Amino acid sequence: MLREELTEREFDKVSLPEERAAWLQKKANWIRLSAMTMTHHSKLGHTGGDLSSADILATLYLGQVLHVDPDQPHWEQRDRFVMSKGHCSGAFYSTLAQRGFFPLDQLKTFMDPLSMLNGHPDRNKVPGVEANTGPLGHGLPISVGMALAARMRNEAWRVFVLVGDGELQEGSNWEAAMCAQQYNLDNLTVIIDRNRLQQGDFTEKTIRMEPLADRFTSFGFAVKELDGHDHFALLDAFTRVPVETGKPTCFIANTIKGKGVSFAEGKPAWHHGVPSREQLELAKKELGVEVTW
Amino acid sequence: MVSPVAFENRGLEKHSLSDCREAYARALEEMAEEDGRVSVVINDSLSSAKMKNFKAKYPARFVNVGIAEQNMVGVGNGLANGGMIPYLCGASCFLAARAMEQIKVDLAYSNANVRICGMSSGMAYGQLGPTHHSIEDLAWMRVLPNMTVIVPADPIETAAVMRYSIEHKGPMFIRISRIPVRVVHSGDYKFTLGRAVTLREGDDVTLIANGVLVSRALDAADILASEGIQARVLNMSTVKPLDRESIVKAARETSGIVTVEESLVAGGLGGAVAEVLAVEHPAPMRMLGIPDTFAPTGTAEFLLDYFGLSVKGITRAALELAGIGA
Repeated sequence: MLREELTEREFDKVSLPEERAAWLQKKANWIRLSAMTMTHHSKLGHTGGDLSSADILATLYLGQVLHVDPDQPHWEQRDRFVMSKGHCSGAFYSTLAQRGFFPLDQLKTFMDPLSMLNGHPDRNKVPGVEANTGPLGHGLPISVGMALAARMRNEAWRVFVLVGDGELQEGSNWEAAMCAQQYNLDNLTVIIDRNRLQQGDFTEKTIRMEPLADRFTSFGFAVKELDGHDHFALLDAFTRVPVETGKPTCFIANTIKGKGVSFAEGKPAWHHGVPSREQLELAKKELGVEVTW
Repeated sequence: MVSPVAFENRGLEKHSLSDCREAYARALEEMAEEDGRVSVVINDSLSSAKMKNFKAKYPARFVNVGIAEQNMVGVGNGLANGGMIPYLCGASCFLAARAMEQIKVDLAYSNANVRICGMSSGMAYGQLGPTHHSIEDLAWMRVLPNMTVIVPADPIETAAVMRYSIEHKGPMFIRISRIPVRVVHSGDYKFTLGRAVTLREGDDVTLIANGVLVSRALDAADILASEGIQARVLNMSTVKPLDRESIVKAARETSGIVTVEESLVAGGLGGAVAEVLAVEHPAPMRMLGIPDTFAPTGTAEFLLDYFGLSVKGITRAALELAGIGA
């Protein structure tokens, strides 16, 4: 129901940054409630990460950062976005549907038998999905390959990849980071959903990520930290890539796992918590949106 | 990286043997010349994958990810997504094993147009030992949905498979041996996916082989013929999708089937053939290959003989099936 209200044309009509940010906030909250509704329906999902990544996804897709065409999901010149943290499929699918890649009412079928909406995204089934993710540490290597392809073809499209912070414990990411540096892939932007929690505990109590910015800097990235819930900051940053010519970009988006819903914020248990009907009602009130698909 | 392995060609004329790697490398260069989508990814395997010429001719379509196989496979997926046709060329032992989950998810599950060229597969690295052998790759690749698995027998077939690969939809694993072999196909050979090649007709017993062991199976058939036994020899270069029809036909028309492969028989060609026969036409079998063990120290030639993959070993197994000798 919100899609008509939030088309790209309308977004472009609004010129004041504050208004754009307020709009994206509303869209992000819709993504949050949609994802929680899906998880309530399927009794499976990853609420914490859905909520921490919603603002980033809304900004990329609905804030018109990504040059994509829902009517031609395979348009060759499209920007590529890879959802490396594929377990946050509730937020990702809600974003794709909101952007128009498939009808909103498909979201009702999340994880139902034979639904195209598997627990983790499948590019051969879901329009708009670029890579089959789920196991962690796959998205960045794939994105490096995409960025290399754009280079080989001398094409201007760009690659954005959203990774979790705990995910960076997978060594494959650092293989890919070295490769991105070696090939000066400034058409590649890595966004880290730095919510400081992984499945079992806080990242810093598990295998610590800090000094994360220094690590990416030393791997040859131009690194910027920002508030991953500040739409104005996200939009500004995403539309100014690369941060430095000749270097891949890394945005460390500081986020709160479970953001926007009081009972889930910062709670490790909400990594894959399933909201009850009452909790869903409370979330709806707190987020100030409605989901009617 | 590994050092080159000397290979002794006992009992065979050296000038008549050649290495499939040259044919694969030359084919890739020609394909790149004709099609701008052909690209190569190596893992520091410039010389072991014979890619020096390719790199010199097409530097913009050549990526060396360094010693990093997980990234290598992901990069392959990304290149394919971006419209390229990537060939991932590296020693099979490292590529297949280290990056198995990436191969499963990024290539097989994603059904990506990526080709893995598993170099120096089987026991070609001989005395470098089981870390450098790739006797498990056929079993690992064969169980992956969407994955096509091909083991060319000689340089002519290797070049033909490479040519075919450019049109194929979905991921492929192509095993490229470094063990010198005799040419078994004629110059006008055309590769057809999923079709066994009958290299010799015969109705007494069937030898199903692939890779470097096809020429040995043919030699065994010569010896069998001198004993009055006509062996049918099938080159089963496509391990997946398997030519079920030829297998069942052979089971019907001959007294039994000997499979001959340079890999673990469990899950390999032997396993694949047995799966077909068990369901469609149970028949006596001998499965020659590597049993449930890692190889001892030895040259590739020594190890092939050690595991009964010699002309003599193949002949003996066929005689048993034909009901002669023991």
